[in-house]
Amino acid sequence: MKVGLFVTCLVDLSRPGIGFAALKLLEGAGCEVVVPQSQTCCGQPGYNSGGRDIAKALARKVLAEFRDCDYVVAPSGSCSGQMKVATVHDLFQGEPDLPEFEALAAKWYELSQFLVEVLKVDAVPGKFEGTVTYHDSCSGLRELGVKMQPRYLLQMAGARIAEMEGAERCCGFGGTFSIKLGEISTRMCENKCESIRATGAGAIVGGDLGCLLNIEGRLRRTGDKDTKVLHFAQVIAGE
Amino acid sequence: MQVQSMFFKQRASEKLDDALLQGNMRKAKGKFVDGRAKAVAEFGVWEEVRSHAAKVRDRALANLDAYLLEFEANATRRGAVVHWAETAEEACAIIVGIARDNGVRKAAKSKSMVSEEVNLNEALEAAGVEVIETDLGEYILQLAHEPPSHIVAPAVHKSKEQVAELFVKAHGKPRLTEIPAMTREAREALRGHFLGADMGISGSNFVIAETGTTLTVTNEGNADMVTTLPRIHVVITGIEKVIGTLEDFATLIRLLPRSAIGQTVTNYLTLTTGLKMPDEADGPEQMHIVLVDAGRTKLVGGPMQEMLRCIRCGACMNHCPVYQNVGGHAYGWVYPGPMGSILTPVYVGLENAGDLPNAATFCHECAVACPVKIPLPELMRKLREQQFDRRLRPWPERLAIAAWAFAVRRPALYAFLSGIGARVAKWMGGREGLIHSLPGLDGWTKGRDMPAPAGRTFRELYRQRALERR
Repeated sequence: MKVGLFVTCLVDLSRPGIGFAALKLLEGAGCEVVVPQSQTCCGQPGYNSGGRDIAKALARKVLAEFRDCDYVVAPSGSCSGQMKVATVHDLFQGEPDLPEFEALAAKWYELSQFLVEVLKVDAVPGKFEGTVTYHDSCSGLRELGVKMQPRYLLQMAGARIAEMEGAERCCGFGGTFSIKLGEISTRMCENKCESIRATGAGAIVGGDLGCLLNIEGRLRRTGDKDTKVLHFAQVIAGE
Repeated sequence: MQVQSMFFKQRASEKLDDALLQGNMRKAKGKFVDGRAKAVAEFGVWEEVRSHAAKVRDRALANLDAYLLEFEANATRRGAVVHWAETAEEACAIIVGIARDNGVRKAAKSKSMVSEEVNLNEALEAAGVEVIETDLGEYILQLAHEPPSHIVAPAVHKSKEQVAELFVKAHGKPRLTEIPAMTREAREALRGHFLGADMGISGSNFVIAETGTTLTVTNEGNADMVTTLPRIHVVITGIEKVIGTLEDFATLIRLLPRSAIGQTVTNYLTLTTGLKMPDEADGPEQMHIVLVDAGRTKLVGGPMQEMLRCIRCGACMNHCPVYQNVGGHAYGWVYPGPMGSILTPVYVGLENAGDLPNAATFCHECAVACPVKIPLPELMRKLREQQFDRRLRPWPERLAIAAWAFAVRRPALYAFLSGIGARVAKWMGGREGLIHSLPGLDGWTKGRDMPAPAGRTFRELYRQRALERR
């Protein structure tokens, strides 16, 4: 089974460890993993800024890069939403290459969904002692239905999950929103951090690096140097 | 209402610092969101009815011209006069004209967002007509000289204590502390106005083509006074509110109160068809129905048409994390939250409300909550596309996107630049790995640190790993 890893631009730039964690999980489960070296970004920043043409150009680039794969997996619900939902339901509606994007969407999985629903893993290499709280990122949750999969995997690694109030509420990241409307974004993030603190968990875990950088940035700015901020792939891969 | 939407950022900033407002908003959020969730869960067939309701609204919009003419014919047959207002100014002129022709001195109003949209109160007051808002929330705001901050609960931004203060000033009675007592006091103050008004002005949640019916969905009963007691009843509503049949209404009314505040049905649900009949005891002698366009037809047949499905329940704002934090006044016009972030730029011009379509993280809570399945985030994105194409966003933002777009399509250049970026940013993060301020990104770093990158990109490390394995 040939699986293409879509690393995501944020993981590539900022937290390569998440990419290697994903790689370890996929290879550990017996997948032949390929990582196209020309990949950059799914195009969502352009799409959400109103740049439709650049979003389409990048989607076509991604399509070409992963054409030969049986599956494509990304450690992000947000980028996966872009490639599974935005392309098919909006960007390529009425375009000749729509069927190709439908095929890409059908073989594209967010990492936790792939591990649970396709590979049906029943063990993970990581061991985690302690309590975590899980933040549901918006795109993964509301566009793709990512909810129980990462929790199931975290529990497989031994983590106890203390649910926060409003786990499904947006952390305020929203890509360029976090810069364009920084004050509102910061307040939304502070609300999220309040919920996290109230659980007393030692780690906040999520599945989208954008949200995690946002939450980590606010926790650190408000003096919390201890709460770990982790991608679930890092926890369950034991990286 | 004067458009202040160009100042969204600044106004939002003030609201974030308003501790009283923040407390009031927090209380309201729980009531709206939890109430709706419970009502939806109890309903059982929510998604089915929701899909049907979207179709009902789409059918109405597809037959807008025919349904409106059918409505006009049926309402006229029952003795009402139907007026067509292409603009806000025309709507006001029509109603001021009716008031003048009939020597109206006092008008009692029930809640109507369209009347806020067209500035009806100001127009009537300028013509010497005293206007009394009789919806409790609107009454409070009239005393406070404030516009509504929510389309269903206009005074949601006010606390009990703030209202008590306003009542002391307006009613000249001792300060009250309990809500039932305050409501009683307002009711006593309003009762005389209902009886003394020459004109009653109401909105209409829908207008029904097959019967010529207008209707109000309320909890206070004030609308029933307004529509039956004064000798003239004026209905003002938008042309997009027309639906085909009573059956369609039956579908939509199952969703409206549940979406709005988690109510199965409102206390009052009043359908008004024409004038007082000879054998009837109550009702007006004249009924005028003013159907307002004011930009709505511009949406018909275009990419934003789905917005016209809106049934004004307020669920989108109740569930919007941006609205929850800044409140309705920050949006600067009649319609706040996600629906307002679309309607305001569409009705008053994108150049006057440029931040509104951007005031969203696309978290999709609004799209999930909307009872008529309006794809609110997608419509906001379409407005962003218009801004992009018309170069309406500030130049540093446009430059940043252009630079990003250039690099991201050139893998070798991108790999080179991201490699440098990762190293520089790691260095900037110092020993603790946190960047405290970044030029051009102060929107982020004012309230948050930027966690520094690890220093080398995944791309580099992966290539290195591949070489080592060979």
